[in-house]
Amino acid sequence: MYDAIKDRVTELLSTGEIKGFLALKSENGHIIPHLYVSPEEIDQLSIGDGGTEGDGRYPLAKILTMLLKNHAGERFGILVRGCDQRALKALAAWNQIDLERVVPIGVSCTEERATACACALPYPDEWLEGEQVAPEDPRPVEWEEKGPPQRLELWRAEFEKCIKCYGCRNICPMCFCKECSLESADVVTKGEIPPDLPMFHLVRALHMIGRCVDCGLCEEACPANIPLRALYKKVNDIVETRFQFRSGIDQKEQSPLHKIVEPPAAI
Amino acid sequence: MDYKTVLTTCAYCGCGCGLCLEVLDGRLIGTLPSKTNPINEGKLCVKGWNIHEFVQHPDRITKPLIRKNGALVEASWDEALDFTVSRLKEIKEDHGSDSIAFLASAKVTNEENYLIMKFARAAVGTNNVDHCARL
Repeated sequence: MYDAIKDRVTELLSTGEIKGFLALKSENGHIIPHLYVSPEEIDQLSIGDGGTEGDGRYPLAKILTMLLKNHAGERFGILVRGCDQRALKALAAWNQIDLERVVPIGVSCTEERATACACALPYPDEWLEGEQVAPEDPRPVEWEEKGPPQRLELWRAEFEKCIKCYGCRNICPMCFCKECSLESADVVTKGEIPPDLPMFHLVRALHMIGRCVDCGLCEEACPANIPLRALYKKVNDIVETRFQFRSGIDQKEQSPLHKIVEPPAAI
Repeated sequence: MDYKTVLTTCAYCGCGCGLCLEVLDGRLIGTLPSKTNPINEGKLCVKGWNIHEFVQHPDRITKPLIRKNGALVEASWDEALDFTVSRLKEIKEDHGSDSIAFLASAKVTNEENYLIMKFARAAVGTNNVDHCARL
């Protein structure tokens, strides 16, 4: 399986074009991230098929950011779905990684996976496995239809479930700050569960402006099943409507926060 | 250069969440939840997310320590075990078996927890056995 990817990675590693290939591997029936450094081990390659196709997604772009920082000058290959590539582009736009040192090897998601992820862009720029599919992108309309007091009530009920594991931040490829507001005593009270309502989650939502690539890893990592993506999707929609910017589409375009622009019309 | 993830089970409580320890060039640098583990399905609590921190922590106790004249002093295992046995015997003799309690742990195996229970009841003679989470 995945012969096209294996052949390409073997070639890249053999010629020394890349130092390692960050992807997934299958081990004892589980899927884990792995850095392939020699062609001999590439047979263990997995593209993330757990129980269903693609459900073994890991924050590969986040791991790659760490590898690039720790091994200056080296080039790496990385397995990318549409979401991973958006993260890489957004990280480049935020000056966190140099895409010259990154060789993406693409996988296009199946319709089943794209639908399960409610993904609007389930394929990278180029891919060696899979077919291009274009599923519908269901918006969180159930929140939109309600009035602000009802929405606040519903969101508070969701946020109250939070056990403050920081999983949403920890797994987020775009959470690269050295110091996190969510750990600042000025913003979040220490030692309290649930965290300050609704500040904790709204601070994170605001910090997703110009960053969130809608990969959905946060929601998958949430032990309380808080519909985090609906929150960040709304943030993304506001940024797109008001500033015509969507993170992770163009690595050369910086977010509205980096620019001095005309303020948008009042909301 | 070496980056790998090691699939293992969280040692902090008895739930048994699956996680991947991230190892970069021989050092533990992070934790990721196992996405395919049927127990935690890609989720962890705040303890699990930070479990890599204690392993190489400078404050981690790696040798037995005995308090001598108010200060903790490194000791050999033989000295530490001899000291523990003699003090437990003294305390039991002076104050009775129920003056001693044993706290078991989710960090060890079922068999080890069985052993500490058996030791408490059969060797020391007390039913004071509890879990370290209630310490």
